[in-house]
Amino acid sequence: MKVIKIDKKKWAEGLNKLRAAYQLIGPVKKDTYHDFQVLDKDQLPDFDFLNTRMSPKSIAFPQSEVMLQYSLDEAKEDHHIMKEVQKDASPRAVFGIRPCDAKALMLVKLNFDTSDYKDPYWIQAYEASTLIGMACDNPSSTCFCTSTGCGPYNEEGLDVLMVDIGDHYLAKIISKKGEELLEKAGWKTSADDPSLIEKKKSQSEAKITSAVETKNLKDKTILDLYEAPFWEDISFSCLNCGTCTYVCPTCWCFDIQDEAHGKKGVRMRNWDSCMFPLFTLHTTGHNPRETKVHRVRQRFMHKLKYFMDKYDKGIMCVGCGRCIRLCPVNIDIRTVCDKMNNFKASC
Amino acid sequence: MLEYIDKIKEISTRLLTEKKVDIIIGFRKGTLPMSNEPCFAKNAEDIKSFVWDSNCGINLANYLPNRKEKIGIIAKGCDSRNIVTHIIENKIKRDQLVIIGVPCKGMIDRKKISDMFEKEITEVTEKQGKITVKGNGVEKTIEKSKVLQENCAICIHRNPVIYDELAAEKVEEQKNVDRYEDVRKVEAMTPEDKWKYFDNLLENCIRCYACRNACPLCYCPTCFVDEAKPQWVGKSQDPTDTRTFHFLRAFHCAGRCTDCGACVRACPMGINVRAFTKKLEKDCFELFNWEAGLSMDERPPLDTFKPTDPDEFIK
Repeated sequence: MKVIKIDKKKWAEGLNKLRAAYQLIGPVKKDTYHDFQVLDKDQLPDFDFLNTRMSPKSIAFPQSEVMLQYSLDEAKEDHHIMKEVQKDASPRAVFGIRPCDAKALMLVKLNFDTSDYKDPYWIQAYEASTLIGMACDNPSSTCFCTSTGCGPYNEEGLDVLMVDIGDHYLAKIISKKGEELLEKAGWKTSADDPSLIEKKKSQSEAKITSAVETKNLKDKTILDLYEAPFWEDISFSCLNCGTCTYVCPTCWCFDIQDEAHGKKGVRMRNWDSCMFPLFTLHTTGHNPRETKVHRVRQRFMHKLKYFMDKYDKGIMCVGCGRCIRLCPVNIDIRTVCDKMNNFKASC
Repeated sequence: MLEYIDKIKEISTRLLTEKKVDIIIGFRKGTLPMSNEPCFAKNAEDIKSFVWDSNCGINLANYLPNRKEKIGIIAKGCDSRNIVTHIIENKIKRDQLVIIGVPCKGMIDRKKISDMFEKEITEVTEKQGKITVKGNGVEKTIEKSKVLQENCAICIHRNPVIYDELAAEKVEEQKNVDRYEDVRKVEAMTPEDKWKYFDNLLENCIRCYACRNACPLCYCPTCFVDEAKPQWVGKSQDPTDTRTFHFLRAFHCAGRCTDCGACVRACPMGINVRAFTKKLEKDCFELFNWEAGLSMDERPPLDTFKPTDPDEFIK
C-alpha cells in the first residue's frame, strides 16, 4: 500500500486546500484535555495528546440528534406528520483519530449498518467522513488495545493512517477515500522509507504493558457467567452513573424522545445508558434490571460475552481505557474481564 | 493518615469476628494512582484488602441507604455528617450502624495533581504530609496541603461528629478558615456575569449524573430528571435542561449538603459542581446558623419552623 510523505512545513497549506472540499474535524486542546471539534478557519488539529477525553463516536452518533420534525399547528395541512430533517451530508475529514477509536467505529457499524437494518443517520454521517488516523506512539498505562484485536497502528476503520516521524508525517493510504483526500491536499511525495512504519509499530506495541485475557470467554456458558458469585463485589462501588457508557467509543444505545415547544416539535435520539434504572423500566412499573447488580452485570456481559457470542468479532471493547480513567469509583473493565475469563463454575 | 490502616483493620476484624456487624464498608486500593475503590468486607480475609490514605474522597455514607443488614462503616468527618443526615432523614437506623470514625487530614485532588504534569502519572505515594508523584521519567514531591481537594482545604469538621470506634487520636480542627471566598466572588457579579459563570461551568456537562449518584443526599427513589410519567425534564444536551438538573438538584440539597466534595470528585468532565451547592450552604449558615449533619437532635432548617426565623414573610 502506498505511503506518502507529508512535510510538516506543508501541513497547514495542505489542510487549507482541503477546507474547500471538506469540513475539517480534529482534536483541539481545551483547558487540560483534548476533544474533537469542527476546526475553525486556520485552526489546526492538535496531536499532542494520549487520547481525547470523549471518543469520536459522536461524529456519526452525536449525544443528541434530531431525526424528524413535526408541526402541531392545525391550520397547516401537514400538521402532526413526521417529516424528514435536512441533514448535512457534505464531506468531512476527521483528523487525529486513534486506531482504537477507528476500530470502535467498525464495531458500532455492526449495529447501525446490517443487512436487515440500516440506520440512515449513522450511515449518512459515517459515509460522509474520511477518517485520518494518527498512530499512537505513547500509549497510556490504561491502554490495552493489543489484547482486544486492535493495536496502536491498527488500520481497521481508517482511510489513512498517519505516523509522526519528527519533521514529517508518513501517511499510509488505506482506502480510495483516503487516497482522494491526500491528492486534494496536494500531498503527493512518496515516502523514501515506508518500512519506518513497521519499525515504529513494533516499538509502540512493546510499550503497551496492560492487557486483558479473553480466550476462555467464548467457551463459558452465559448462565454460568451470569450466576457467577463476583457480581456483587464488582458492582458494590458502582454509582450507576452514565460515565462509562458515555465515554465508551463502542457503546451505542440511545433513547428516542419527542420534544415539542409551542407548535413545533422534533423527534430526537439521545445517548442512553444501561447503568440508568430508567433504561429498562417498563410502563407497568416493572423493571427487569431492578438493582445495580443487574445493571453492572448487563454492561460487562454485553461487552465481553453477548457481543462476542452474537457477532464472533471478539469483545465489544477496543482497550482505549477511557472508562477506567474516568470511572468515579475506579471500576476497571480489565479486572472484570479477567474475573470472567478465569471463572470456573462449580458443578 | 497512612498509619490509621492497622487500627482500622484491627477494629474491622474484631467487629466481624464478634459478629457485631454483617459487613464493613471501606476502601480497597484502586488500579490507578489516586483512586481507591469503595468496597465491602464480610470476613477477616476481605479486610486484608482495606486501605486508608489521601485517596478516600468518595463519601461512603452514599452506600448506606436502604441496606438491611448490620453495617460497620469507616467514616471521616464529612462521611459522619452525612450519616447523621441519613439518620435524621430515616434512611438508616442508628442501631444498624457501627461507625468507625477516622479523623481526617484532607483528601488530595487528583485532577489538580494530574493537571500539574504534562505526562501521565503512574505512581503517587505519600509520606508525612508530602506527596510524591512519578510518571514517565518525572518525579516530583509536593506539599499535600497544596493539592488538597478544595472542600478539604476549607474543612472545619475533620473529626467525625458521630462514631462508635475511633481509628486514631482526633486531629486539630482548622481555624480561621475563610469558607466562602469563592461564593462571595459570585455574589458580587452582575446577574449577566453570574449567568455566564454558571453557563460556563456547565458547558461540558454530559448529563451522566455522576455528581448526583456520588452524592449521599441524592437517594430519591425516582429523581425528578428520571420521572417518566409524565416526563419533567428533557434528555438532550439542551442547556435549559442541563441547567434545570443542576439548579434543582442544588436546591434539593439546601440545608443538607455537608460540602464533602464527592460530586466534584466524581465528575468525569472536571466540573466544579460544588459551585451550585456552596451558596446554599453559606445561606443556611448565615441565616440559620446551620451546618448540616452536626447534631442528631435538631431538625434541618428547611423542614422546621422557628419563631426566630429571620424572614418577615413567614411570621
